[in-house]
Amino acid sequence: MLGWYVAKRILLAIPTLFGVTVITFALTYLLPGNPALVKAGPLATPEHIREMERQMGLDQPVVVQYGRYVTGVLRGDLGESSMTGRPVLQDLMQRVPATLELTLASLVVAVLAGVPLGVIAAVRRDGIVDHVSRLLGVAGVAMPTFWTGLLALYVFFYALGVAPPPLGRLDNSVTPPMTITGMYAFDALLTGHWRALGSALHQLVLPALTLGFSVMAPLMRMVRATMLEVLESDYIKAAWAAGLPRRTVIYGDALRNCLIPVITILGVIFGFLMAGNVVVEVVFAWPGIGNYAVTSLMSKDSGPIQSFVLFVAVVYVLVNLAVDVVYGLVDPRIRLH
Amino acid sequence: MSDLLRIENLTVHFDTDDGAVEAVDGASFSIRPGEIFGLVGESGSGKSVTALTILRLLRPPARIVSGRIAFEGRDLLALAAADMRHVRGARISMVFQSPRTSLNPVLPVGAQLERVIRLHAGASAREARERALAMLRECGISEVERRAAQYPHQLSGGMCQRVMIAMALATSPRLLLADEPTTGLDVSIAAQILDLLRDLGHRTGASILLITHDLGVVAGLCDRVAVMHAGQIVETADVRRLFHAPAHPYTRALLRSVPRVDREFAMEPIPGAVPSLLAPPPGCRFASRCPVVMPECRIERPAVTLLEVDHTVSCFAAVTPVRAGAPAEGGDG
Ligand code: SF4
Repeated sequence: MLGWYVAKRILLAIPTLFGVTVITFALTYLLPGNPALVKAGPLATPEHIREMERQMGLDQPVVVQYGRYVTGVLRGDLGESSMTGRPVLQDLMQRVPATLELTLASLVVAVLAGVPLGVIAAVRRDGIVDHVSRLLGVAGVAMPTFWTGLLALYVFFYALGVAPPPLGRLDNSVTPPMTITGMYAFDALLTGHWRALGSALHQLVLPALTLGFSVMAPLMRMVRATMLEVLESDYIKAAWAAGLPRRTVIYGDALRNCLIPVITILGVIFGFLMAGNVVVEVVFAWPGIGNYAVTSLMSKDSGPIQSFVLFVAVVYVLVNLAVDVVYGLVDPRIRLH
Repeated sequence: MSDLLRIENLTVHFDTDDGAVEAVDGASFSIRPGEIFGLVGESGSGKSVTALTILRLLRPPARIVSGRIAFEGRDLLALAAADMRHVRGARISMVFQSPRTSLNPVLPVGAQLERVIRLHAGASAREARERALAMLRECGISEVERRAAQYPHQLSGGMCQRVMIAMALATSPRLLLADEPTTGLDVSIAAQILDLLRDLGHRTGASILLITHDLGVVAGLCDRVAVMHAGQIVETADVRRLFHAPAHPYTRALLRSVPRVDREFAMEPIPGAVPSLLAPPPGCRFASRCPVVMPECRIERPAVTLLEVDHTVSCFAAVTPVRAGAPAEGGDG
């Protein structure tokens, strides 16, 4: 049952992904600059450039070019980065773990702060926590991350000196752990490399707080709204009437019934973070895909940007798929239909 | 026999921006051990609010203004929150009107039953499971093991209500509050549920407060009845007495509104609607709908008068029959 459900979701995702390739393909046309010109170098003659265009297939009809692009993507060929001189796929894969690590850490921050605040705000509606958390939420959304990131750096690194300098994922003196997932904190934990674990977490704290804070508000609002609704439901009334302890009623019965919307919003936030890391990665010199995209953009290297967009789109689709599957696991009513 | 539950002068208000809605106003009645006590009235008359007040489940904007609820010799309204929790579900339990939505949708019904048993009976997981299955069986559910593993949405409404009743009675409470327990069920299923309630009530010796708008249900099930109108108890009586000699004009109107086959004249709906309880005028709250209203009815509130043992009424006309036939009418039951 679940297998068929998943298969159906995957089939439905295919047209979406094709749509995305159309957009990323169009991007090359929209971005300023001629790739052949970039590749041929500043001293190229017009003939040389025309030759380059022919080699790159840029003289072919658009449809043919698109066909080539898609078959390339399907084979895992995302082109070459003129900046690093390496295949874009390789560049991306090397940087994805850094972004993923930061995204997951930010998600943990958002959940640890957003869920309890949302619950308390709902249970004690119009109480102090309700008002304060609303304010925090607005601040998180309204303040741009480059600003909160710099503010955090100013306070914790410069003024208090408790945070490390914003220079990437590990302290320079620490050797990275053996690569398993590529996420340093995980790999260090798995291999028992405690110094690397400490350093990796230390480096993660500020960027994760910055990002987590910026996405906490929608999660908190969702938890609060759903909780308010669930707390009014008949089965919660019945749970109180049965004399169940407060903790069980609120965190067991009520919160469990909020999981579906919460998981949905977490999926959205995850996708948003994977793509929206860009600014924070730059502020903290975090060597992730966002940083890669920005550097490529600066040097008018369209291949990596195109691939970054494609990658983020694929992540969105996969996250949605995962969310759908998790629905079936947490809600028995969905599992059966 | 001393009373199991005695409600005295209970007044509950809902605070709104426009003022207080007087949802329950000076209600008094008592329930004896082992009896089935009916609380009847139209919707909006304050029946459910009364039941929720007994368990202290009302939340703001509702506010208990005054009154006493004595249960097993203790005033529930004065009990500490922690002690109240040991009353809820253990000494007094409740069955709600929408069985399908009163069970948690994401937990198997058996697990919901077991945890209540474990909580109040201090039973081990295994004992609780056995007790739960036995209780489901007793509530007329077959294939209990399979049913216990199912979720509420996989069960019919009637089945859900059986589970609710099993859950309510599994902890051997002394009082069961049943708030319109057959709403939304087919007539035949409803009858089965009511039979089940009566049987289990008799077998366990628990008293039942049955809240309903249906006098037919009252006639078949209850020992004594209180009639509620616009937040006030207007008449209490033994069930036979209520049907044969109703004293309050509202009770008589209710009786006439019940469709019955053994009566020549057609049923008559009660004229008007329950009046607004937002700052209601002084005097009798039935005055605007009453066929025998008198001038004093609009000025003063009729006091509770004992007509006979176990029969009280709050109506000027019932006490001083100024209009011919007023108190003796209604012998049509
Ligand atoms: S007190 Fe007066 S208005 Fe009220 S029910 Fe009796 S007769 Fe009617």
